[in-house]
Amino acid sequence: MSTTAIRPAVHAAEPPRRPRVLGRRAGRATTYLALVLASLITLVPLVVIAMASLKTGAEFRAEGPFDAPQAWLNPDNFVRAFTDGNMLRAFGNTTVILAISVAGTVLIGSMAAYAIDRFRFRMRGVVLGAFLLAALVPGVTTQVATFQVVEGLGVFNSMAAPILLFMGTDIVSIYIFLQFMRSIPHDLDEAATLEGANRFTIYWRIILPLLKPAIATVVIVKGVAIYNEFYIPFLYMPSRELGVISTSLFRFQGPFSAEWEVISAGVVIVILPTLVVFLLLQRWFYNGITAGAVK
Amino acid sequence: MPRGLTPWLFLLGPLALLVLFTYVPVATMFYYSVTDWDGLRRSPDFVGLENYLEIFTRPELFEVFVVSLYYFGASFVQIALALYFATVLSFRVRFANLFKGILFFPYLVNGVAIGFVFLYFFRPDGVLDTLLALLGGEGITRQWLGDPAAVNYSLAGVSVWRYLGLNFVLFLGAIQSIPAERYEAAELDGANRWQQFRYIILPGIRPVIGLMFILAVSGSLSVFEIPYIMTGGANGSETFVIQTINTAFRFNDFGLASAMAVVLLAIVLLVTWLQRRLVPEERGVS
Repeated sequence: MSTTAIRPAVHAAEPPRRPRVLGRRAGRATTYLALVLASLITLVPLVVIAMASLKTGAEFRAEGPFDAPQAWLNPDNFVRAFTDGNMLRAFGNTTVILAISVAGTVLIGSMAAYAIDRFRFRMRGVVLGAFLLAALVPGVTTQVATFQVVEGLGVFNSMAAPILLFMGTDIVSIYIFLQFMRSIPHDLDEAATLEGANRFTIYWRIILPLLKPAIATVVIVKGVAIYNEFYIPFLYMPSRELGVISTSLFRFQGPFSAEWEVISAGVVIVILPTLVVFLLLQRWFYNGITAGAVK
Repeated sequence: MPRGLTPWLFLLGPLALLVLFTYVPVATMFYYSVTDWDGLRRSPDFVGLENYLEIFTRPELFEVFVVSLYYFGASFVQIALALYFATVLSFRVRFANLFKGILFFPYLVNGVAIGFVFLYFFRPDGVLDTLLALLGGEGITRQWLGDPAAVNYSLAGVSVWRYLGLNFVLFLGAIQSIPAERYEAAELDGANRWQQFRYIILPGIRPVIGLMFILAVSGSLSVFEIPYIMTGGANGSETFVIQTINTAFRFNDFGLASAMAVVLLAIVLLVTWLQRRLVPEERGVS
């Protein structure tokens, strides 16, 4: 889905009538004006905070938000954000939680989809319905009661809490796997069965490798969601040692409240990886988000 | 091994997690909502519908729904803007990919980071005030997050900034899946841009608009991150979810908090159901 393969050229079939051409030109100008304006509104808040992150404390207090920093490569605030702000530990924690949760989501989601799509068994409809119905329950509404479950399992204030919640409340990835699995022909399963492979071998050796594009989609959608998640780690991991990037950045509020340049550096540190990954994998993002939202 | 058992082996893990983290919480939430549980005692007392009565009779508990209206209103602005930009970018435009990337990117940014970006933006003498002074609009400068008359507009604006990209990309996907021949035929018939939009694009994206309506309702009722991070719910910006969380975890009234969560869940399910009834699944684009 690339935007360069857009609609057929409009002017081709059009007789050159003056007023219409003028109208088109005015229309085009409005279009570009709107696009540029929207881009500015999107970018200005981000650019000014990036500039603030490069200023010294004295510079920050003396200058306005649009004044350029004196040294464009001033690393001081970043060093402080990483050391005093514990962002290094936060990245470590986020990486561990993200890797385990994403791998778990892929396994859980693809196994559920495999069972529902490739087997005919009693209660199949009930199982499918149970997953579909759960997708309608907004997670944020049930946290009051989920909290008791997490405590009951004895995983409160440990990394196991968010990992279990991320793996256990993701219905969207089951959808994505289910839809993709429908397009994998059953002949492959049948041929493998004739050669004596059992169902687990078929799942592991045939289905899972063929699901690669769906896995990529799930990894991206889920990866971004976990990287950005604030509420679950905030609620279930109050201990500072367990800070992930969202909660660690949130805790900048107190100690750095008079030092916007350090908070700005923390913000830049959090946004930069997202920007790099987005620039590298743009097409996957667009397709993944569309697949994830339209069930 | 009996054949009938195999699918259940695959479903064991997924179903256990589904039950544990969706159905057990929903069920216990209903149970707590008719008790006066404080989150600590072993055996809470049954109080019937008292918690529900409290939600609808104590005005300060009901006020949070008014706050939702700001976000609900903003989501229509958001949908309209997203549709405009998706339509424009589905025609031939220079730098289309660049514009698309810029408009979409905020949706991927960490919510806490967005909170700080806009705390900085709205700060007194901060980015917005400086911009207004440059454009000669000092007169409207105010405490963007401190003034109860302005705070919800500011926060809803941040919400539009953050989520516009999602609606935009969904619209763009729907528009680009409309077969190109339709536009070609329309061109031959001499249809202009507006007619193409009205008779080709609009019918083609009806299902997406339905989806967005649900997202708008459930989204504006469950607003949490942006106001919690930026104002903590101060100055009249408290939302339903912030109130629920505070009731449970700050004031230890799990009974009342559960009743609030049940009300929210009921509204979201009702709206989803209504939407499915009113806008039936498309039977081929008309």
